[in-house]
Amino acid sequence: MSTTDSTSEHHGEGVKRRDFLFIAAGGFGAVGAATVVWPLVDNLNPSADVLALSSIEVDISKVQVGQSIRVKWRGKPVFIRHRTDEEVAKAKAVDIKELKDPQTDADRTKPGHEAWLVMVGVCTHLGCIPLGEQGEFGGWFCPCHGSEYDTSGRIRKGPAPLNLEVPEYAFLNDTRVRIG
Amino acid sequence: MTSTRPFEPKNGFVKWFDRQLPLFSVMHGALVAYPTPKNLNYWWSFGSLAGLMLGVQIITGIILAMHYTPHTAMAFASVEHIMRDVNYGWLLRYVHANGASFFFIVVYIHIFRGLYYGSYKAPRELLWMLGLVIYLLMMATAFMGYVLPWGQMSFWGATVITNLFGAIPFVGEDIRTLLWGGFSVDNPTLNRFFSLHYLLPFVIAGVAILHIWALHIPGSNNPLGIDVKGPQDQIDFHPYHTAKDAFMVSLLLLIFFAVVCFAPNYMGHPDNYIQADPLVTPPHIVPEWYYLPFYAILRSIPDKLMGVVAMFAAILILFALPWLDKSKVRSGTFRPIFKQFFWVLVIDVIALGFVGANPPEGAWLIIGRVATAYYFFHFLILLPVLSRVEKTRPLPESISQAVLAKHA
Ligand code: HEM
Ligand code: FES
Repeated sequence: MSTTDSTSEHHGEGVKRRDFLFIAAGGFGAVGAATVVWPLVDNLNPSADVLALSSIEVDISKVQVGQSIRVKWRGKPVFIRHRTDEEVAKAKAVDIKELKDPQTDADRTKPGHEAWLVMVGVCTHLGCIPLGEQGEFGGWFCPCHGSEYDTSGRIRKGPAPLNLEVPEYAFLNDTRVRIG
Repeated sequence: MTSTRPFEPKNGFVKWFDRQLPLFSVMHGALVAYPTPKNLNYWWSFGSLAGLMLGVQIITGIILAMHYTPHTAMAFASVEHIMRDVNYGWLLRYVHANGASFFFIVVYIHIFRGLYYGSYKAPRELLWMLGLVIYLLMMATAFMGYVLPWGQMSFWGATVITNLFGAIPFVGEDIRTLLWGGFSVDNPTLNRFFSLHYLLPFVIAGVAILHIWALHIPGSNNPLGIDVKGPQDQIDFHPYHTAKDAFMVSLLLLIFFAVVCFAPNYMGHPDNYIQADPLVTPPHIVPEWYYLPFYAILRSIPDKLMGVVAMFAAILILFALPWLDKSKVRSGTFRPIFKQFFWVLVIDVIALGFVGANPPEGAWLIIGRVATAYYFFHFLILLPVLSRVEKTRPLPESISQAVLAKHA
């Protein structure tokens, strides 16, 4: 079987070369496949015109204490509430240790504008719109599966895991906010 | 399975065609000469009925797509246009909408038939799993179809279901954005759902062909659950089952058209005749009836992620069923204890359906939790234990012996 021996010796060298070729070809193919697949997936992400609509400015001069408005931002409602002193006091009095998603009221408002609560009006459970000034905690109540939020929009009861989201926003002056 | 009747075409064209592409002989083998156990009962017609409903959905769906506009500003109006202006549009839409419900009714019966007679057991595990793949595809298809009329239930159902994916740790939010094509359910979502709703039924048709192919390797199971011993246990598909299935088709169509003509909105929801409004959630959101048991499981668990996990697990667990139930005896007829628990499971699933339709409060919440617990108990504990300890009744010698004894 001398022929087999000599070929296997030959083989030993060949295997290294082949391995390299296989890996190089395979790697090249994988990168190629990924470049083809990515556009097929990424086109499903928000397009430029959808992203372009992602910031709005709102005039809040007419919102009196105890009133709320709802504006549409990125296809969702944003609640802007001018809270009463009582509501603010109630929100501040909560011991954050008893919260599911611990946040102080100060974490959720802007300094100097503590009476204003700006948050995305979408239940963090499965996306329904909670109803205002309802529920045990005087905040929001979600009719879908019964989540309850307090006067700071923090989750207190029910299946929702998180507080109502505070979007990125800024007071441009005392009567204008920019959301997004 | 070799055919008892070889394919011998007389027509010259058919002969020539079949020599080059054996399409006719394959159809002959599947629909004429396919040998079936001679003791099949009417529950075995539901596979054919499922095929019929798939055909009905595809035909009516393609026509509806010719009149429908997949845009948030026009979708609702275009459906009303179909209902009022298009000739027979109301008929096509009501057939398609109720057709989905009847498709599910038929497939649920088909699945429970398999559960009772042990059709999921060897050598039909793959067949069973292909059926489950069809079922999952049906759920996805029907869900996306329900979004298309862009009513309030369309919109909020889509919002709740797509948000389920947001519960997945780390990548959930990105997946959700990818599904939406934006920051909420909106026009891009409607467009892609329309595209996929058109596509998936054809994928279902493809998997159904694999399903039937996988059926024809071992052949059909039967009410006794014992293997076929020879030709004396069998009859040909045609004319016996073609006739039997034709009878069941007439019965199905009779009931189906009674509903389409006299109660077309019975299984629908009035809120879906209000155009979608992203700023107002209807007070009580319910999914279509065929999702209710799973919706009930979702809601009976007070944690978001665990609720979603339990809901998907309730379906995925069925893929493991062939290995959870190890009993060698297939048919429930010969398993006295299994048989009773089978009916407990049926009642349990129906109870979950009612729970899913009602708000998750008070007694409903409790019933929902008990029924959810039982569902998992049934598959994960009861069946594995039962299949070891149950004393089964003696099986008949053969199918023909049992059939003859019954009619002696
Ligand atoms: C589009 C949907 C479906 C179609 C068109 C379809 C079609 C069929 C047909 C024609 C048969 C043979 C007749 C019969 O035994 O009833 C069959 C058998 C079978 N199907 Fe399906 N099916 C569908 C969905 C499902 C689903 C969702 C399951 C459950 C997971 C399933 C499980 C089975 C099993 C286990 C058999 C073998 C039955 C036996 O021989 O006992 N099928 N199917
Ligand atoms: S979506 Fe609000 S509680 Fe479920």
